[in-house]
Amino acid sequence: MHVLIKGRALVAAIGIVLVAVACGTSSSASGGTVKVMAEWSGQEQANFLAVVKPFEDSTGIKVSYESTRDLTAVIKTRVAAGNPPDLAGVPNPQLLSQFAGQGKLTPLDGVLDMSALKQNYSQGWIDLGTYQGKLYQVYSWVSLKGLVWYNPKNFSAKGYQVPKTWADMITLQGQIKASGTTPWCIGLKSGGADDGWPGSDWLKEIVLSQSGPDVYDKWVAGTQKWTSPEIKSAFTTWGTILGSGDSNVYGGSNEITSASFKTAGDGLFTSPPKCYMHNQASFITSFFTSDNPSVQPGTDFNFFALPDVSSQFTGAHVVAGDSWGLFHDTPQARKLLNYLVTADAQGIWVKAGGKLSPNKQTPLSDYPDALSKESAQILVGTQIAKYDATDNMPADMRTAAWQAVLKFVQNQGNLDSILTNLDKVQATAYQSS
Amino acid sequence: MDFSVLLQDIPTLLVVIIGVPAVLAAYIVGGEYLVRRLPDKNRPRVRPWIWVGPALILVAGYLLIPAILTAIQSVENNRVDVLDPTTWGANFVGFRNFARQFADFPTGGAWVAIRNNVIFWLIFYTLFSLAFGLVLAVLFDRVKYEQFVKSLIFMPMAISSVALGLIWDFMYEYQPPGSAQTGTLNALVTTFLHHDPVSWLQDQWPGESFNLLNNLALIGAATWGITGFAMVILSAALKGIPADLLEAARVDGAGELTVFRRVIFPLMMPTIVVVGTTLVIFALKAFDVVYVMTSGNYGTDVLAYRMYNQLYLASNSGGASAVAIILLIAVIPVLIFNLRQFQAVEARR
Repeated sequence: MHVLIKGRALVAAIGIVLVAVACGTSSSASGGTVKVMAEWSGQEQANFLAVVKPFEDSTGIKVSYESTRDLTAVIKTRVAAGNPPDLAGVPNPQLLSQFAGQGKLTPLDGVLDMSALKQNYSQGWIDLGTYQGKLYQVYSWVSLKGLVWYNPKNFSAKGYQVPKTWADMITLQGQIKASGTTPWCIGLKSGGADDGWPGSDWLKEIVLSQSGPDVYDKWVAGTQKWTSPEIKSAFTTWGTILGSGDSNVYGGSNEITSASFKTAGDGLFTSPPKCYMHNQASFITSFFTSDNPSVQPGTDFNFFALPDVSSQFTGAHVVAGDSWGLFHDTPQARKLLNYLVTADAQGIWVKAGGKLSPNKQTPLSDYPDALSKESAQILVGTQIAKYDATDNMPADMRTAAWQAVLKFVQNQGNLDSILTNLDKVQATAYQSS
Repeated sequence: MDFSVLLQDIPTLLVVIIGVPAVLAAYIVGGEYLVRRLPDKNRPRVRPWIWVGPALILVAGYLLIPAILTAIQSVENNRVDVLDPTTWGANFVGFRNFARQFADFPTGGAWVAIRNNVIFWLIFYTLFSLAFGLVLAVLFDRVKYEQFVKSLIFMPMAISSVALGLIWDFMYEYQPPGSAQTGTLNALVTTFLHHDPVSWLQDQWPGESFNLLNNLALIGAATWGITGFAMVILSAALKGIPADLLEAARVDGAGELTVFRRVIFPLMMPTIVVVGTTLVIFALKAFDVVYVMTSGNYGTDVLAYRMYNQLYLASNSGGASAVAIILLIAVIPVLIFNLRQFQAVEARR
């Protein structure tokens, strides 16, 4: 701890010196700069830079982008040192709510054109960004979770049909396994403290579709115990997908835990295929195409929405997205934020593939292929839309849940002790904020 | 990297490059000027304080005061503002933060991290690094290309620990049996031992309560990085042993092994102890390799990573401070021992 404080103090001290000097000599470059920080690297980073390019060209404002996979820690340090980025795009809205509670964020009600925003965004997205009556975070692209990706060529070669119901899907996985191939590819490695989240996506879909939105909300809020029959059943249902000893998944538990979520789905495209199905959010297409340049959406990969586990809750989908928080209310940052919520900006990212636009004005024709159009339509037509559960839990709970996923995959027999441990974390995680 | 940002604010750059040394010089010249004006007999008492003053202020500001504040935070809840003493009383929670770290032996709280630090890292990391360092130092002492191989062994020291972690991530990479093994170690294991590939970083062999394998995999990577350090210092100590002493032993009929055991080893002992205790401190504060390679999952957590996890990911400053204090208390005896040894070695010179 003392080392960390030491580092922080050092940064603060250097900061003070620099600020003191900068105040005396403030230079006014034309246009100015906006410092932006987010998690996107590689192809996603290129896509973001493409989105802001027209903005830079028309306003002369330079967007200085910084990327880190350890966003939570980096932003917290920068905020504590009084040196946050102007704008941050984060995948866990709970982090920004925390900053909003500490008064570190600027409310957006006076920054954005609210009447236009209400026209263009469905109320659900605005509610997600609202904290104590004020808008603090706004989404500019989102993804739809619970999509099962498959390779149509492999399916037709074997005469497999796209399953319409959960039971069909279980039958299909049995069929695939009987033919000597593993039905599924799963990769849980992400880097930093994020390992395990792709597995939690399975659990969210199952909880929502098996036990309904009320249980889901209570689960997020920390009032639904992990040991309760509903949550336990979500784990055991996922267990039927994994198979005993993870035998339904390519490479078993060793491969699941050591494969990256970015490359796990590539098993669909090998010859012979390593697996026939892969569950991942809509963003994964940009990884498919960058890893395997020859594959074409529609012909080489397609998706079906994860079937409803229970017919009681049909059309339930989990969504997620990156939300923006404004740390420094500068004219340049205001302009950029106002630009990012427009259909023009979101259309550029949408065209690059992998993301969906929450702005209703973004024309369907902007989506590059039939697949993304279809997921955009699912997003619009979703009857029960819930935000990613673990991303909305307190950080403590979220990390514990992801670690629990890893432990479950390594040994499904430990489920009871894993859930008891999660209950313990739940008892304290929601107190301190 | 875009360095043009540095040139945007040339006055700041000038202040940093010229101003900081100027202030330091002014302090020294001014201090000396004041000391000269003192009566002769007082000068020796005042002068050292003038010279060590800035260092003392830095140590106090960046080490001592934060350490005290950490200790305070460790007995307060997370609503406290440690910089504001008026909030201390209302948020005092006694040893609750520590109790939570020590709860549910042997798998709960910080126990896994404590076990890994105190058993696996402390024993294996220290032993491996010392043993390899000593063997390499002694053996290379006898070959012509000594400088060249020593530079090679020392090279990992120049690599950042994050890069080191990534390199070993590739070394340990796992592919399911039957596919081409892209990880060096698994390629060796499958080709020469005809054994199934091992997922080195995730496999909790021999059991979840005592997962030696993946901890050793992490320690192996860290050892590769630090062996050069141990080797260089031990090699310097070896060269300090007078040649006529060794010659006298050989003339008396001692074999090479006896010379090593009875002459070289005892003479090197003080240095070995100093290097060993330094390595013990490194072992207790292990962080980077764990952070990069496993994020503390699969039973590989260590105290420093847990501290980071509590502070940044769980927003639990109280818990993080408690872990920091535990770590501090664990290091203090080693630190004192190390300082004493160091003085002993100095005194013998």
